[in-house]
Amino acid sequence: MMKTMLHTVNKSPFDNGTLQTCLKFVRQGSAVLLIEDGVYAAARDTAVSKQVQEALKSTPIYALRPDVEARGMQNRVMDGVRLVDYEGFVDLVTQHNAVQSWL
Amino acid sequence: MSEEHAGGTAKKFLYVNRKAPYGTIYGLESLEVVLIGAAFEQDVSLAFLGDGVYQLAKGQDTKGLEVKNFSPTFGALEDYDVTKLYVEEEALQARGLSAADLVVPVEVVDTRRMAEIMEDQDVILSF
Repeated sequence: MMKTMLHTVNKSPFDNGTLQTCLKFVRQGSAVLLIEDGVYAAARDTAVSKQVQEALKSTPIYALRPDVEARGMQNRVMDGVRLVDYEGFVDLVTQHNAVQSWL
Repeated sequence: MSEEHAGGTAKKFLYVNRKAPYGTIYGLESLEVVLIGAAFEQDVSLAFLGDGVYQLAKGQDTKGLEVKNFSPTFGALEDYDVTKLYVEEEALQARGLSAADLVVPVEVVDTRRMAEIMEDQDVILSF
């Protein structure tokens, strides 16, 4: 059986290339969870939103709700990105074979 | 550049903010230092570049994160005579934001104008 990975990204996509690097290595069956400053990648109409939309075609992308709300981005999350709470974070971890934390 | 003041010479201080809030402590610490500078009656300006503009985003709700939401403090800066807030236009655009999405009135400036503002300072503190 194919192994699956949960990729977490905690850096702003505008500050460095962590998200871009992560997306390059994401394989079928894996998922991306945006946390901390990584959640800015979930916003609509930004310089990186096209890239995230493209990734959504093949990869489920989640964003951690408390981090989204802290940053005031709750009304700007693009269609397709799913918000999860801490319990959802734990579920995602258990649903995948491993976690790769991109720092 | 500097102007004479009753208690001495007031210098022009610019605080440059380039980090998003909460992911690091820089934003909060910058604001603390801004308030100290203002208490010493210096001529204070704030610049927001890159992800720094996110510090001013409306709608911040940190209840789930259990940290202090410091965005309302920007609204209190006026009481300390800190009224010069400059925001980089390019940074707003890249993030799909406009001045209307920010918690306080700011002056949106292009890169050239921002460079002029920086050049005009006596002291620049970068966060």
